[in-house]
Amino acid sequence: MSTSFRTLKDLPKEELLAPGHRLCAGCTVGTTIRQILKAAGKNTVVVSSTGCVEVATTYFPQSAWRVPWTHVAFENAASVASGIQHGMAALYRKKKTDEKLNIIALGGDGGTFDIGIQALSGALERGEDFVYVCYDNEAYMNTGVQRSSATPYAAATTTSPPGKLSKGQNRDKKDMMAIAVAHGIPYAATACPSYPYDLMNKTRRALDVEGPAFLHVLTPCPTGWRFDISGGIEMGKLAVLTGLWPLYEVVDGKTKLTVQVPRREPIKKYLQAQGRFRHLKPEDIAKIQEKADAVAVKFGLGPLRQ
Amino acid sequence: MKKVGLSGNYAIAYAVKMADVDVIAAYPITPQTTIVEKLSEFVANGELDADYINVESEHSAMSACVGASMTGARVFTATSSQGLAFMHEVLFMAAALRTPMVMANVNRALSAPLNIWNDHADAMAERDAGWIQLWVSSAQEAYDTTLMAFKLSEETRLPVMVNLDGYVLSHTYEPVELIAEEAVRKYIPSRPLVNRLSPKTAFSVGVVGPPEYYFEMKYQAIDAIERSRMPISKITADFNRSFGRSYDDVYAYGMEDAEYALLTMGSMTGSARVVAEELRKEGLKAGVVSIRTFRPFPVERLIEKVDGLMGLGVMDRASTPGGPSNPLFSDIAACLCGLKDRPILQSFVSGLGGRDISPDNFRTMFKATKEAADAKAPKPCMYVGLRE
Amino acid sequence: MKCAKTPLKGWKELPEGGTITEPGSSVLFDASAWRTSMPIIDHAKCTKCGMCWIFCPEAAIKVNPDGSYEVEYMYCKGCGICERACAVKAINMEEEKR
Repeated sequence: MSTSFRTLKDLPKEELLAPGHRLCAGCTVGTTIRQILKAAGKNTVVVSSTGCVEVATTYFPQSAWRVPWTHVAFENAASVASGIQHGMAALYRKKKTDEKLNIIALGGDGGTFDIGIQALSGALERGEDFVYVCYDNEAYMNTGVQRSSATPYAAATTTSPPGKLSKGQNRDKKDMMAIAVAHGIPYAATACPSYPYDLMNKTRRALDVEGPAFLHVLTPCPTGWRFDISGGIEMGKLAVLTGLWPLYEVVDGKTKLTVQVPRREPIKKYLQAQGRFRHLKPEDIAKIQEKADAVAVKFGLGPLRQ
Repeated sequence: MKKVGLSGNYAIAYAVKMADVDVIAAYPITPQTTIVEKLSEFVANGELDADYINVESEHSAMSACVGASMTGARVFTATSSQGLAFMHEVLFMAAALRTPMVMANVNRALSAPLNIWNDHADAMAERDAGWIQLWVSSAQEAYDTTLMAFKLSEETRLPVMVNLDGYVLSHTYEPVELIAEEAVRKYIPSRPLVNRLSPKTAFSVGVVGPPEYYFEMKYQAIDAIERSRMPISKITADFNRSFGRSYDDVYAYGMEDAEYALLTMGSMTGSARVVAEELRKEGLKAGVVSIRTFRPFPVERLIEKVDGLMGLGVMDRASTPGGPSNPLFSDIAACLCGLKDRPILQSFVSGLGGRDISPDNFRTMFKATKEAADAKAPKPCMYVGLRE
Repeated sequence: MKCAKTPLKGWKELPEGGTITEPGSSVLFDASAWRTSMPIIDHAKCTKCGMCWIFCPEAAIKVNPDGSYEVEYMYCKGCGICERACAVKAINMEEEKR
């Protein structure tokens, strides 16, 4: 099923993530999952790691999932997904089932970059036929905004607070895409729910490819990044338009930009819109602008808007 | 049915092959490794049609098994010691999520210090996980029990751990009578094949169980393992009818008139029985009680078997540092504490980290049990074979 | 916080393994108490572009057979993403009157 989502009428109306889940008001992960499931369809198993999504969508006895779903632990979404894939494949081959399902492992940045990296690496290396979606809100949000290796430079979290001796997070965001691509997988892509067609087409491509695919989705979090609950989608757009979050895909090792940014927004606009960067001084902002400039060069993005 | 020379590990591998497993998660750890190696040969040669997942750790091995089991596939993995410890959290999940599967645990000591030899610490650390735990004492038993375990697991929807002592059983070759594969396929019916992750039902499995529900959900698994006693007996009796080898939850050796006995589990049983025979010739009414089904613990059967005994020495091959007693002793004491007439219990720890338990050690233990019983006062736990 | 009352089941009646056997049962949850303002759609201005629907985290905006959009207020948490997404200012967040 290689559908290309181009216009509104291409989008399935069915909601496979039901309303009534307990995600925060304005949570862009809710938007992301709705879009992903529209691209994936009903014949999909979702494997969640422990985190915002799992906790907010399956509080017994209510579940927001209208597709089969499972959760086992924090760090093993990728290995549980491997097991499901092999279980279904073996049963299909032995003619004990006729079901063929999409398998999507869904983990937050904590459950993917940190505690889940071993299981993810194993599943990617083994070439399991599944899609791993990392919804990246740049910290351990479910437990109250603690720093993860996805937390960007200088961001404030409860375990990397700014203070007399600290500027907040003192490391750069881990390049998870590079790590995934280094496994030689056929497809990897960055995405953002603010660009729905881009995200849904990438989901489709990821599912269609034979073997593992990795989708890294930036999901702005009003609660943890500290901005107004109405601002999530625009924050995602700003992340892309500043060049900080380039939207690209890597197909069999070849990188291709999918959303060009002809005139980049200055990083100041993005940083000053978020409470987690409130403590930044002009020299810190300048440093981060440099990082964004470097990304722009790497991906061939446009110059800064003056 | 001819007999072949097989190690305990290979006997298990053959059982897994004949059981027509669908998914095997494999990660190496001494002394279990030859099980998964043998299985990989079977798969590579087309003798076993299964998906063989070379996972990157034991935690992932168990996670993959849980996932595969949810789809209705028949799954198997094997581990020991550190590997079992590494999958600790997932073991609890497997039992609570009611995912049928069989795992061979080749008993090995837990670090530190690093030790690849036999003791029971690994399985004992998981005794609260909610798994059915069966302990074998021979390669034949390892083969037979693994076959029974698949049937048991699928009937009770509880995961089953088959324990066998590292090196002593895993690597030692013994004669094993293999059952013809067609007969095994008839004995273990096709797995129930319910895909709990089917879009037809769209279940959510593994959810948040808040305080108002967790207690009841946990109790379901407790109830399930309690009720598994009947299926265990039935399946064991069935096996005997079909293949002529009988097994029991608790074995009594020389217990018809024994006054002093040792309680054992695993391979040490054989040695204990040999020494008991010798002591009988010397006039001591010695017996050996041994446990095959550790979880669910066969409370009634144990009470039956120790009826009339004056002294029971409990052999732990693991310890509970700082505890009032060691793992097996705790269970035995709990079984017997409510009885008006019960044997005097003497606690022993021996054989840790693969330390051989010699016939002399057994004599020491029988003697100490007799002394404790005669004095009607047990001594504090004796660490037999420990150098000061 | 309003929530449809489900009588608490005992261990004998609960589905095995804590499984939730009813897909989408979260529709029983009334999230409306979370919000302090609510979106009002001006259908005269609405161009039926669907952006509010695509971006809503809750699936609280539904699409009618005639292509018009409607807020299901039971599920709306009042985040206001829809108001900001609307290119023709057809959606306005108005203060919740209780």
